[in-house]
Amino acid sequence: MSWNRKDLIEIRGLSREEILLLLDTAAAFKAILGRPIKKVPSLRGRTVVNLFIEPSTRTRASFELAAQRLSADVISIAKEASSLKKGETLKDTALNLQALNADFIILRHSAAGAARFLADRLQAHVINGGDGAHEHPTQALLDTFTIRERLGSIQDKHVLILGDILYSRVARSNIFCLLQLGARVTLAGPSTLVPPIFRELGVRVEHDLDRILPEVDVINLLRIQHERQRKTMFPSLGEYTALFGLTQERFARCRPDVLIMHPGPINRGVEIDSALADGPNSVILEQVTNGLAVRMAVLYLLSGGLPMPDPASAQSLNPPIA
Amino acid sequence: MPALTLRGGRVIDPARSIDETRDIHVLDGQIVEALPPGATPEIIDASRLVVTPGLIDIHVHLREPGQSAKETIATGTRAAAAGGFTTVVAMPNTSPVADAPNTIAWMQARAREQALVHVLPTGCISQGMQGELLAPIGSLKRAGVVAITDDGRCIQNNELMRRAMEYARIFDLPLMDHCQDYSLTADGVMNEGYWSAVLGLRGWPAIAEEIIIARNALLSELTGARVHCQHVTTAGGVRILREARERGVPISGEVCPHHITLTDESLQSYDTDFKMNPPLRTQRDIEGLLEGIADGTIDILASDHAPHCAYEKEVEFDDAPFGIVGLETELGLFLDTLVHRKILSLPALIARLTVNPARLLGLPIGTLAPGSVADITLIDPDLEWTVDKDRFESKSRNTPFHGRTIKGRAIRTLVAGRTVWSLESGIQP
Repeated sequence: MSWNRKDLIEIRGLSREEILLLLDTAAAFKAILGRPIKKVPSLRGRTVVNLFIEPSTRTRASFELAAQRLSADVISIAKEASSLKKGETLKDTALNLQALNADFIILRHSAAGAARFLADRLQAHVINGGDGAHEHPTQALLDTFTIRERLGSIQDKHVLILGDILYSRVARSNIFCLLQLGARVTLAGPSTLVPPIFRELGVRVEHDLDRILPEVDVINLLRIQHERQRKTMFPSLGEYTALFGLTQERFARCRPDVLIMHPGPINRGVEIDSALADGPNSVILEQVTNGLAVRMAVLYLLSGGLPMPDPASAQSLNPPIA
Repeated sequence: MPALTLRGGRVIDPARSIDETRDIHVLDGQIVEALPPGATPEIIDASRLVVTPGLIDIHVHLREPGQSAKETIATGTRAAAAGGFTTVVAMPNTSPVADAPNTIAWMQARAREQALVHVLPTGCISQGMQGELLAPIGSLKRAGVVAITDDGRCIQNNELMRRAMEYARIFDLPLMDHCQDYSLTADGVMNEGYWSAVLGLRGWPAIAEEIIIARNALLSELTGARVHCQHVTTAGGVRILREARERGVPISGEVCPHHITLTDESLQSYDTDFKMNPPLRTQRDIEGLLEGIADGTIDILASDHAPHCAYEKEVEFDDAPFGIVGLETELGLFLDTLVHRKILSLPALIARLTVNPARLLGLPIGTLAPGSVADITLIDPDLEWTVDKDRFESKSRNTPFHGRTIKGRAIRTLVAGRTVWSLESGIQP
């Protein structure tokens, strides 16, 4: 199959085949990234705009680098340095970027639905780089990619997503992605941040971490942002760590080969024991590396790039430059 | 002496329990039993039509003074006329808010000059609508307000609400309350439930409305004040109202068309024309509301006509203002949803849009009794039409119903015996 959507806004609604196409294409790009010359000409002459209305380090750097590796012209705009600061609306900012013939707009925004808002109004391809608590599709793709690479497949794997689910776009995108590929998903954390309504998405909700830990193949830890949250959601970071932190004691209850993931930035000593973050079960930095390949794949497929059937022969598959 | 006869229509006048085919006569802007001998009335053929008292919408934002980019008294009342409404009750959350007699006087003067239908002003409950100190309710009453409300906001301080009720009783003024506990809706933009979980939008739980409805029921019982809960949206809210009314508490509630025709599932598009306060709820809530409408717990229907400029709505969902226009789709949606689907008889619907709101306000309107001002609406309950927002009389276009086909609508609106709008000829200023 080939890719035929203008934008990548959310994982919800993507077919299994579409997700697999994205992951397979990412695998081909990962092979390219292992070579001495890491740049391919797929997006030569195209313009990619990183429009980051909300702060981000790794997602923005990852998208910038992905676009550069594809030979696109890249500009990055942050809210602090843009006319949005002067009261320009998102709509006008985007229309102006389109008037400059931007081919891709990657949007990070604090409001859920913001990426779709742009996609509905622009001819440019819009990639959701995280919109409020809605979705963060490339994060879910890179997480899923990492699990598949490590465990061989997603089918029937048991993935625990732990932490602040309610306000997490990473959690939502991961849930939809993993379920579509046949994984079992359990959400855990304080009941205020993991409300029972999530069961209706087809996942298990658990508040007793010690009970669930021995069963899972993967633990995806989410950052706890107590300082940014309504203070009523749980008593303190200390109590969070005591009840839901991945401590050494809890790690001892896990399967020895459990994968420990985290979208970053991590709070050492809060949601995860510092040594575990650096330990052999942690794939946190692999996630970052894989993110680059995934984002190259997204840009490539959205630009009309053809499927790359086999990583080994990927080098010959750069499409002719229009 | 201009005389008029509406001939051969199905006359529904719930105030007098009338539902029969008969003629209605109008002389000098008043309804009369019969025309004097020798009168040569204009004849309007009303056969195959329903003739009702001019409809009353008890919940309308006309946006004047101060927000005339959204709507004006002129355009808002044109929209009312085009929707079959001859009386609108204007909410006080204007700029400035209507918490002083001079603002009421300004609105009344403006309405005399520019309004196409009757405009009944309301005043604020609290000064500046800040929820801290009582507005000059007695002076507002003298200036002509028909009710007090902080609509758009909800008084959080229970002591202040209690005193407002006690004080308003002196003047027999009803209080209308926008029921929302702020501590439960902080940053909320849509109903809390499955779809807010999926869409990542901050939830606004049903309980935030129900807690205030319950508070109002308790305070109404304590003080004896007439309290009207605006735009009720939850099954639980209906249950609380039903229980209170059965015990004789003078509390009432209204329901708006969008809350019985749309659910929070519509938010999937993040289309801000589906963003309203209170938010669209669930199918289960719709069923609760329909039950409440059917059994009379909800005895008033209204639009919460809330115009906003296109540019204000065309922003990120979190940032968009709440509300939709409603006057020009309201009657059709109620006919379609309630009458054609056998929730209500046609007379029961008309009662909820005429005599019932009139009774809440304590006004002798909403009837075709001889001696009444000849405010009359002609309705074709079976006419199918498609909503086209670009043809609205309202200054704003923020509707989620554009393109929807609806069965039933007003086809002519008369204010004091004069046709101010007809489907055939449009507005007649």
